[in-house]
Amino acid sequence: MELDAARPAAARLDIVVSGLASDAHTWNLVYLQLVLEEMGHRVTNLGACVPDGLLTSRCGQAEAPDLVVLSSVNGHGFQDARRVIGPLRARLAGTPVVVGGKLGVGGTGGHAEALLAAGFDAVFENADAIATFRGYVERLAAGVRS
Amino acid sequence: MTGGSFGDFVARAAAAGELVVQPRMGVPGPAGMRAGLAAVRGAGVRAAGTITVDSFTRVGDHLAVHQALATGAELNGYPIAAHSPETTRSVLNGLHGADFPVQVRHGSACPQKIVAALLAAGLDATEGGPLSYCLPYSRVPVAESVRAWAESCLLLSDARERGARPHLESFGGCMMGQLCPPSLLVAISVLEGLFFRQHGVDSMSLSYAQQTDPDQDAEAVAALRTLAAEHLSDVDWHVVLYTYMGVFPRTPRGATALLQRSAELAVRTGAERLIVKTTAEAHRIPTVAENVAALVTAGAAAAHAEPGGVVEDTGVLAEARALVDAVLDLAPDVGIALVRAVERGYLDVPYCLHQDNAGRTRAFVDGDGRLQWSRTGALPLPAGSAVPAADPTADELLRSLTHVERTFDRG
Repeated sequence: MELDAARPAAARLDIVVSGLASDAHTWNLVYLQLVLEEMGHRVTNLGACVPDGLLTSRCGQAEAPDLVVLSSVNGHGFQDARRVIGPLRARLAGTPVVVGGKLGVGGTGGHAEALLAAGFDAVFENADAIATFRGYVERLAAGVRS
Repeated sequence: MTGGSFGDFVARAAAAGELVVQPRMGVPGPAGMRAGLAAVRGAGVRAAGTITVDSFTRVGDHLAVHQALATGAELNGYPIAAHSPETTRSVLNGLHGADFPVQVRHGSACPQKIVAALLAAGLDATEGGPLSYCLPYSRVPVAESVRAWAESCLLLSDARERGARPHLESFGGCMMGQLCPPSLLVAISVLEGLFFRQHGVDSMSLSYAQQTDPDQDAEAVAALRTLAAEHLSDVDWHVVLYTYMGVFPRTPRGATALLQRSAELAVRTGAERLIVKTTAEAHRIPTVAENVAALVTAGAAAAHAEPGGVVEDTGVLAEARALVDAVLDLAPDVGIALVRAVERGYLDVPYCLHQDNAGRTRAFVDGDGRLQWSRTGALPLPAGSAVPAADPTADELLRSLTHVERTFDRG
């Protein structure tokens, strides 16, 4: 793992990036990994079609991640995400868990309220999702440093 | 319900100089699925029908399917293994036949249940492959996918006993949808065809997905035909082209133009069938009407296109041949050869996150809009196949991924 000299270790987040159980898309995951690594963070990329049990066990290992990023674009994301957040929360009470992408069959938008209520810390599904997401991670990293 | 052979239907169309066009279409409920197939059949073009399976079924989560059906939650396709064979027969009855074959598309690395369900409903055409539905789309080990696909081929070929001629299409021409150089797409299509043949399937199609440059694509399809003619002369085969499978143009004009270019590419290269994309592609799962419109657009573009023309040799055939030969040299059994080839990085798909994929190759869209290797890892390619370059940043990757989208939305 390459270290980013520009970012103090205290602010380097350990981040799990993962697709959801029924979603086979991976370009979103490849891209998110690069985005986060270039921001100086460490990324474990679980890849596509991650079953709920694997996701919760990988996130709940001895050293819990600082952030869990779920991404989905196949239209089942809303269902998959709403189902898995309960088990994830049971393992990771205090870890931010966020989700983004195209979450429904009928186009973008409209799922944030239900997913936030279900236990996600943030939902990114609008046109400016990546910029908003970068800002979110920056604030999180700043919080870790302080 | 014997519907005539999928391969024969395509061969008859080709003999008549017509391109077969086909949608991706999966509607959860039987009535909606039937209406979708009827609309495709009535579109006024030489079309094959499609039943696309939902992605819970694809990954074998049949519990989630039943929960979705019970609660009315959205499914992104037709859950063929959950509906009874009688239900699926009622979907097909009077529509499926010698002049309108229906193919089941699914995306599963372990498709035995899907294959059993489609056979029970009287269908015999489907698609995928032990690598093409494993590496990009699943967490299943390659060796397990190879076993599952061998079983699935046997299930299909057994249907010959009832007078059918089952047809299997390799999805090998579409690894990751984009940013996989043409030679690897061609090689995997041919290798999966050889795998199908070894397991008793004698009617097949080999795929290639439109990439970033029409001349490079024409060269690739020509290479695919050359290698198929050499390796698969004793089975029925045709070439199926997919309209661009990467990040799609967002504007109706850009999306339509990209679809038209793919239809022209199909005619130019002698591909017998085209799987289309719609103007909704960048935004959501298309409606039946949008699919029908895409079929009509593609059919019209094909009718005006010219076959043949000059194809420059930039080395795609030599690369694809080197890959196929090196893999086949690994074992007399094609399935074992595929497993070893992935282990050794002889087949190594750029950016693919599958745990068995070596992950040592990279590719990019060059300044001329052509797809190039930047790192070839352990691929047994001729010297000089790569244009060495640093691995892309996130922004550079996004530029390559959106090259086609930007080009067509701007145009």
